[in-house]
Amino acid sequence: MSLAQLLSHLRALPEMVLLAGACALMLVDLASKSETRRLSYLFAQGVLLIAFCATLFVLSESEGKRYYIFYGLFVSDLLSHVLKLFAFITVSAVLVYARPYLHERGLLKGEFLTLLLFALLGILVMISANSFLSLYLGLELLTLCLYALVALNRDSAASTEAAMKYFVLGALASGLLLYGMSMIYGATGSLLFTDIGPQTAALAASSSSMRTLLVFGLVFVVAGIAFKLGAVPFHMWIPDVYHGASTAVTLVIGTAPKLAAFAMALRLLVNGLPALAVDWQQMLVVLAVLSMALGNLAAIAQSNLKRMLAYSTISHMGFMLLGLLSGVVGGNRLNAVDAYGAAMFYTAVYVLMSLGAFGVLLLASRQGAECERLEDMKGMNRRDPWLAFLMLLMMFSLAGIPPMAGFYAKFAVISAVVQAGQLWLAVAAVAFSLVGAFYYLRVVKLMYFDDPAGVAVPAGGGSARWLLSVNGLALLALGLLPQGLMALCQAAIRSL
Amino acid sequence: MKTLYLLVPLAPLAGAILAGLFGRALGRAGAHTVTILGVLVSFLASCWIFADVLEGNTFNGTVYTWLTSGGVTLEIGFLIDRLSALMMVVVTFVSLMVHVYTIGYMAEDPGYQRFFSYISLFTFSMLMLVMANNFLQLFFGWEAVGLVSYLLIGFWYTRPTAIHANLKAFLVNRVGDFGFILGIALVLAYFGSLDYAQVFAEAPALAAPVTLICLALFVGAMGKSAQFPLHVWLPDSMEGPTPISALIHAATMVTAGIFMVARMAPLYELSATARSVVLVIGGITALFMGLVALTQYDIKRVVAYSTLSQLGYMTVALGASAYSAAIFHLMTHAFFKAVLFLGAGSVIIALHHEQDMRRMGGLKAAMPVTYWTFLLGAISSAGIPGFAGFFSKDAIIEAARHATIPGAGFAYLCVLACVFVTAAYTFRMVFMAFHGAPRYDAHRPPHESPAVVTVPLVLLAIPSVLAGWLVGRFLPVDSAWDFVVHGLVSLPFWLALAGIAAAAILYRRPSSLPKRIAMRLGPLYAVVERKYGFDELYAWLFGAGARVLGTGLWKAGDQTFIDGLMVNGSARVVGWFSGIVRLAQTGILNTYAFLMLFGILAGVTWVIWRFWS
Repeated sequence: MSLAQLLSHLRALPEMVLLAGACALMLVDLASKSETRRLSYLFAQGVLLIAFCATLFVLSESEGKRYYIFYGLFVSDLLSHVLKLFAFITVSAVLVYARPYLHERGLLKGEFLTLLLFALLGILVMISANSFLSLYLGLELLTLCLYALVALNRDSAASTEAAMKYFVLGALASGLLLYGMSMIYGATGSLLFTDIGPQTAALAASSSSMRTLLVFGLVFVVAGIAFKLGAVPFHMWIPDVYHGASTAVTLVIGTAPKLAAFAMALRLLVNGLPALAVDWQQMLVVLAVLSMALGNLAAIAQSNLKRMLAYSTISHMGFMLLGLLSGVVGGNRLNAVDAYGAAMFYTAVYVLMSLGAFGVLLLASRQGAECERLEDMKGMNRRDPWLAFLMLLMMFSLAGIPPMAGFYAKFAVISAVVQAGQLWLAVAAVAFSLVGAFYYLRVVKLMYFDDPAGVAVPAGGGSARWLLSVNGLALLALGLLPQGLMALCQAAIRSL
Repeated sequence: MKTLYLLVPLAPLAGAILAGLFGRALGRAGAHTVTILGVLVSFLASCWIFADVLEGNTFNGTVYTWLTSGGVTLEIGFLIDRLSALMMVVVTFVSLMVHVYTIGYMAEDPGYQRFFSYISLFTFSMLMLVMANNFLQLFFGWEAVGLVSYLLIGFWYTRPTAIHANLKAFLVNRVGDFGFILGIALVLAYFGSLDYAQVFAEAPALAAPVTLICLALFVGAMGKSAQFPLHVWLPDSMEGPTPISALIHAATMVTAGIFMVARMAPLYELSATARSVVLVIGGITALFMGLVALTQYDIKRVVAYSTLSQLGYMTVALGASAYSAAIFHLMTHAFFKAVLFLGAGSVIIALHHEQDMRRMGGLKAAMPVTYWTFLLGAISSAGIPGFAGFFSKDAIIEAARHATIPGAGFAYLCVLACVFVTAAYTFRMVFMAFHGAPRYDAHRPPHESPAVVTVPLVLLAIPSVLAGWLVGRFLPVDSAWDFVVHGLVSLPFWLALAGIAAAAILYRRPSSLPKRIAMRLGPLYAVVERKYGFDELYAWLFGAGARVLGTGLWKAGDQTFIDGLMVNGSARVVGWFSGIVRLAQTGILNTYAFLMLFGILAGVTWVIWRFWS
């Protein structure tokens, strides 16, 4: 191997940094004696910062070109850089939000930090995957870490039960995905998306039995993606896991992995199987409509905030799918940049909103008093007006009320759907958003118009509070000035 | 320069945000300092820009693109020309004076910081409105000033009358805004753009229903500028604190309609029909609202009706295509009406919130500064040659005389007759409040207001006397001096003198003459005094009518259809649905796995079905 070849592997520098950092963290954590895990925590944040800078370095060095390394298993393009940057920011924020909560419950162990970093590594690998193999590798790394994280609070029956369910269903879904991959491999004879693309184009044009095999494989692959996103009817794990896991872990599951799932959908469907767009778009229509309907309607009936947010996730992922399914119209990709860009924008904004909403729950929960039922939000404005205001921003954004970023995200997706000529889908999306607004606004109503129930619990302060303020105001700022992020997303999509 | 343009609206906005959100931390003095500072910066920047514009540097450009959708760009942009630069100076100057005046007027009010925040917010909104270079931003400013006006009329929200008045203002303005938004929608539909420059450029060539657009926009102007028959909200808006009456309901906000029509001049020039309507509405408002002012005793209401009448003048000028004259009168009116309002406010505080002119009188000695400034404002308002009001009013009357479109003759008669009426009611006010024997409570004698009140009065009185000499900047006259000399021998001057004389005879000394005249006129007087019964008509037609309609809808629509079918029905559907979901969400792993496999099965079936058929 020549030196140049060796150096070209440096395009995976963020992953390398993270892997080394995560391994080192295990050792560092041995030296960290204190209850607050200050050393390990700072070390983990440091690793994230270095990896972030490494990504920026790789990004600036790539000069907008696309590179394949590790024999085509790993792709380095603008999309991957942007998503990775999002992922680093998200996980860093997760650490800030989760630390006081976990500390108070005696759960702040080295395991949490290490597993989180390894999960992030899985996310990065998925984002840069250019082959079934690397994609699957990343996916398994991510989900194995998540199973363990859900079971972190091993004395809690609910947590262990949730972990068990997640594990069994996850294994099933990953089996389905593998099965689908094997069929596509059988039809095309390749594992690399860059090869599969042209191959399927040729096969899709013919009417051989291979095409049938391909579409069969596609069904299973879409099922695997749908499970990861939590789209109906592959959503059953979401409410139970969100509810059962400790809120800090729910925060982990509800944020950064969505970026990975989005990347997975893009890489598999848009990169790998563009020739079958007609087929998978129809499947996504069904998934999207079912998810929006079930997510929004079921959320109304929930009395537990975490469960409510779980159903809201389902509906939001359904909404995001609307963007993914309107990229190709009548065989041409004219709408692709707008539609996929809108979906990416939606995902990024959703992650930000989800971070904020769970962040508020974490901050409002104190020792012995979890804040996770709807009643716990009552009279929040009187106890802690600023926190209530931040939650109001999150809820407005989730409901898609201008001028919050959530509005613009929905607007962009809907206009992409309309451009694709799927008017009825747009109408359905708006109608279900309207239904969804009810339960978000109910939270606002409870916070502002109801009397506080029970003892007034002082909410904590510190860095989590500051970051949460930044988070909420960022949503407002992105709603007022969305063009920058949108341009970034569209540029990332163009690099695909 | 662009930074300076941005500074003009943003400085008051910053003041409003600081005083509004951090009012408690800033304290009273802090709140008025930041807001006054903001407006002062804005005023100085406006003056600078005005001077720059007079040298010929105009600007039309986008500051920020909000979003692009379906080929329509929604953006924030500024159009700085003589019209908007002048408006900026007037708005910021009057606003600055009112800010200072408020320190004295609201000194004892618990909502001090809130008030300053509102008026600064108003200044921001009004500046956004006048500086706009597109319909969207115009609409934003239009609605924002409406909102602040609503908030301020109901500032003393514990008073039922204030709540009633702000609701009325809000509802009547809704009617106007409906027309306005319809007009904007028509513009968007026919031109595909909301940019002024583009719309004006394409208007002559395009087969768009310009008359319809102009009329719809004018309905908006009728609401905002309180033109007949949408005038009913303005007199009631006097429930708000007096500085607000001066700033919003006399000098600036109500002129937004006038400004808008002047801005749309290229469109209105394409439709003589629309201009005829404008002319007639303006004439009616000018004369008939002036007559009402003669019959009222509440000093603020008299000024309010006089505002209506003066807005009528401006509208006539618009209809007669004398846009410069309209804007000129807008400016002079802003000054002399602000003096009259703030002077009335000064009297009101001195008399411990007494507004009835029958319980005033003889205040001349006790309040010299207020008296002299009020008198100057009154002379200007009456249109005595040499004073600001004369120049602009005379220009309008001349324009109406020379207009040839249908309705011009009627409008000319109205504005001519109104000169007499204006002089009469203005001096009726002067004589009743300041001359004659004192009729106020002798145990609580009035005294002159503090400097924060009198200084703005003096500063506003100066332009309300002198601003007219700028006539050459607006109108093609040879010299202002000739204009004055010519004014001395024209009919309006003698009418104004006759009006003052009539007021002097009737009200200079207590006499029974006014009562006798009222008796003699009988029902006619009653009709005018009751403001032509518009309030009753609307209450009956829209109030009671709406109640009948509402009851019907409530019974038939709400209780059976919406409550029964939709609300409870949808709640039942949701309940039923979540029951199903709960049934599926058993918590048992087998069910979950089964559902997933069911999903796969459905997918596979779909594939097979597709390939077989």
